[in-house]
Amino acid sequence: MSKIREINTKLNSKEISAVELTTIYLDNLEKTSSIIGSYISTTKKEALAKAKMVDAQIAKGEEIGLLAGVPMGIKDNISTTGIETTCGSKILAGYKPIYNATVVERLYAAGGIILGKCNMDEFAMGSSNENSAYGIVKNPWDLTRVPGGSSGGSAATVAAREVVFSLGSDTGGSIRQPAGFCGVVGMKPTYGRVSRYGLIAYASSLDQIGPMANSVEDCAIVHDIISGYDRLDSTSANMKATSTLAALTKDIKGLKIGIPKEYFQGDEKVLATIRKALAKYEELGAIVEETSLPNTEYALAAYYIIASAEASSNLARFDGVRYGARDGSKKDVTEMMSGTRDKFFGQEVKKRIMIGTYALSSGYYDAYYLKALKARTILKRDFDQAFAKYDVLITPIAPTLPFKLGENIKDSITMYLGDICTVTINLVGIPGITIPCGFADGLPVGMQILGKPFSEELLFNVAHSFEQNTNYNSFKPEVAINE
Amino acid sequence: MNKGYEAVIGLEVHVELKTKTKIFCSCTTEFGGSPNTHVCPVCLGLPGVLPVINEKVVEFGVRTGLALNAKVPNYSKFDRKNYYYPDLTKNFQTSQFDLPICEHGFLDIEVDGIVKRIGITRAHMEEDAGKLVHSGKTISSSYSSNVDYNRVGVPLLEIVSDPDLRSSEEAKEYVDSLRRILTYIDISDCKMEEGSIRADANVSVRKIGASEFGIRTETKNLNSLKALQKAIEYEIERQIEVLEDGGVIEQETRTWDDEQGITLAMRSKADAHDYRYFPEPDLPPIILSDEYIEEVRASLPELPESRKKRLIEADGLSDYDANLIIADRHLADYYDQVRKEISDGKLIVNYLMGDYYRELGEAGLSFVTSPVKPEAFIELLQLILDKTISGKIAKEIIPIMIKEVKSPKSIVEEKGLVQISDSSELEGMILEVISNNPKAVEDYRAGKGNSIGFLVGQVMKASKGKANPALVNELLKKHLC
Ligand SMILES: [Zn+2]
Repeated sequence: MSKIREINTKLNSKEISAVELTTIYLDNLEKTSSIIGSYISTTKKEALAKAKMVDAQIAKGEEIGLLAGVPMGIKDNISTTGIETTCGSKILAGYKPIYNATVVERLYAAGGIILGKCNMDEFAMGSSNENSAYGIVKNPWDLTRVPGGSSGGSAATVAAREVVFSLGSDTGGSIRQPAGFCGVVGMKPTYGRVSRYGLIAYASSLDQIGPMANSVEDCAIVHDIISGYDRLDSTSANMKATSTLAALTKDIKGLKIGIPKEYFQGDEKVLATIRKALAKYEELGAIVEETSLPNTEYALAAYYIIASAEASSNLARFDGVRYGARDGSKKDVTEMMSGTRDKFFGQEVKKRIMIGTYALSSGYYDAYYLKALKARTILKRDFDQAFAKYDVLITPIAPTLPFKLGENIKDSITMYLGDICTVTINLVGIPGITIPCGFADGLPVGMQILGKPFSEELLFNVAHSFEQNTNYNSFKPEVAINE
Repeated sequence: MNKGYEAVIGLEVHVELKTKTKIFCSCTTEFGGSPNTHVCPVCLGLPGVLPVINEKVVEFGVRTGLALNAKVPNYSKFDRKNYYYPDLTKNFQTSQFDLPICEHGFLDIEVDGIVKRIGITRAHMEEDAGKLVHSGKTISSSYSSNVDYNRVGVPLLEIVSDPDLRSSEEAKEYVDSLRRILTYIDISDCKMEEGSIRADANVSVRKIGASEFGIRTETKNLNSLKALQKAIEYEIERQIEVLEDGGVIEQETRTWDDEQGITLAMRSKADAHDYRYFPEPDLPPIILSDEYIEEVRASLPELPESRKKRLIEADGLSDYDANLIIADRHLADYYDQVRKEISDGKLIVNYLMGDYYRELGEAGLSFVTSPVKPEAFIELLQLILDKTISGKIAKEIIPIMIKEVKSPKSIVEEKGLVQISDSSELEGMILEVISNNPKAVEDYRAGKGNSIGFLVGQVMKASKGKANPALVNELLKKHLC
């Protein structure tokens, strides 16, 4: 029972109560999360209270929504009233927000049951979830390997069936890459599709919240609930809500798929799995052609400059003055502020703050930040040209299989190069979905499907048709207890 | 005194906009309030919050730009100004850097009858910071400080002038004119005492005739026009002295010490912040259509300079009187309303700025708080013009109009103050005054023309001020010749 419709049917028919279901999930989560490290905090009290409300609704004979009573995990950089929200950082230890993120408000209103706050790389900076101040997360498929990052906890908890779905955030691949590494479905919507209000910013012009689940349909259900205009987020798109769920029935005959050659470099096992998936698409009536995104080589540098620049400013507010941790050993306010930041920020965060500060400094701004913005414009043009010819683009989600814990953590460059398939998508603001498309060496391989801005309906449908004609999402890791 | 030097001055004026709510959230901008009560997650900069621009702030920026003859571009944007200080909640201030809401304007000022055009470099929107409350008098003598974030996010407009000012008088006149325009277009209270308008002065000196600017200092903490003038004068003299002694001016930020009457070095250029400005990613750019800008332009009231011109040219007022009227938008509007019915502008000014103004002051009121509506004032002047009442009676009526909020007509009727313009009624009084004042009569007949004034006064007294003085004058002369 780990799909939304299944749960909905059983709750409606009173085969199981929301409290019973929540209790089972909480018990199993306790067992497996201690192995995987998927959570920073769990919220048993809130979960049971919310489950009771759903049961009361059912008892009164009220119709419940699809998400009512469905267990979920929320990445720990998304604000939840009264529930500690740390961003994976010691600097926010003990910080309990006084307001809910818009996405949380919407999920609560839909009856979603929060089981806890998912582990993550500190301030969403990382690709392996080894940068969390609250312990590493292990890949449920192989406990010696990384789950990907930064939404490593959100991906692992879904893969391990601890929750039915989770929310992650994606700044340079942080939903899609861990989804790929953990063999789950993860969607990064178009920039502006989902409100960022309450998401603790890493890089404001790149961040986007999105759903992760074990099926395309579940991901679509959650997407439809969290997306849509929010007046509290000036960058949220003021356009009519769409139903990606309703779009899942369409077939894909005649669909034109572009294969950008620049993305097909890396582990041959990964590439072979993707090619097999593409053959499946051809079998289903799609037209697959190789294409090019010629300026891809500028993406990584542009990404690390822009993201770090914005982060250096976004993270300035963590100074010990108003909330979170404080270095109490200092007598002077300036010393207290820098002491707090020195003591409680992790190494990777400090590194990116320094990169960003440098890139924005007078005398360097033009050479770095401004140039990165120009690269961003050029990259957008690449995609505009590709989408003039193709409906979607398909790429691997990473050049490698999930790597070993500790393998890349000392080597930033190798770690950053692993983001080659994902960062460009945030720079150009388009939507991208990852779905499992096979296994290699017993590890999941993820395929990324990209579309024009606000083409989520199409992306979900393209992903769905593949899923319906394969069975990769029916496998689950041994560690998982729930069905 | 100036030893052949001239001063070059530019001003940065920060104006607090009188919007009901803050620039990026819906908290009130009201002054006062217990510390940290006018706050919310957004202005507190809590993790995860996002700003939403208050459209009123943009409109006020556009109004200001248009009133200052500036260009209002169709595209402008916000930027982050990054620096660490505990009175900020995010450790950056959301401001505007390279594309402000308006640029390249000007303002005409008048000093000693000479009109001078002062360039406006730009005006940009930004958010105010909070307030540190130290336990001691200064930060260094305090063992602790608290911070009040009520003012965080109050909208500000920073208006930067070109370095076109040459003296402290010009600087004062500039701020005065600016303040007048801003209150006319109703975007700020411009109360220096409450800090709703603050100025920083950039001052340098150079030898007269030199084409290059000298090295400048920036003086902050100028909380009154007097402080502004004194600080500029002090800086000019200090800089000339340094140069005359063969020294060099340090480019630095200085602060005005009001008690000692001097400026003090605060921060040298080497210590200057690198603010690392970059475009605010949480706010989309501000895109203004030509139609919108024209709409705002159409909604602007007539500005002080053009009003003054009209008062002098069309109404025949003196420069002095016109300045009195335009000094305050409310007064100028009041004058205009009265002027619609009363064609004699000079008469309006005499009564408005004379007895009426004095009586308002005595009653502890101002033109804004006065209960006397323009209609009542028109009625008063009409009574004078059609000779129903004398000027003397008008003086008696004005305080009653203010205190009892009655129309002049009803006061005249109640108190029987109608002017006596019937010569038969006056004859008796005149004959009595003539027989009772033989000395004055004799003087008049002996050629001392001014003794007639005394006799007129006596008749006025006998009539309890109701006699028409012109008529009395005429009748007296007839009887005495
Ligand atoms: Zn607020």
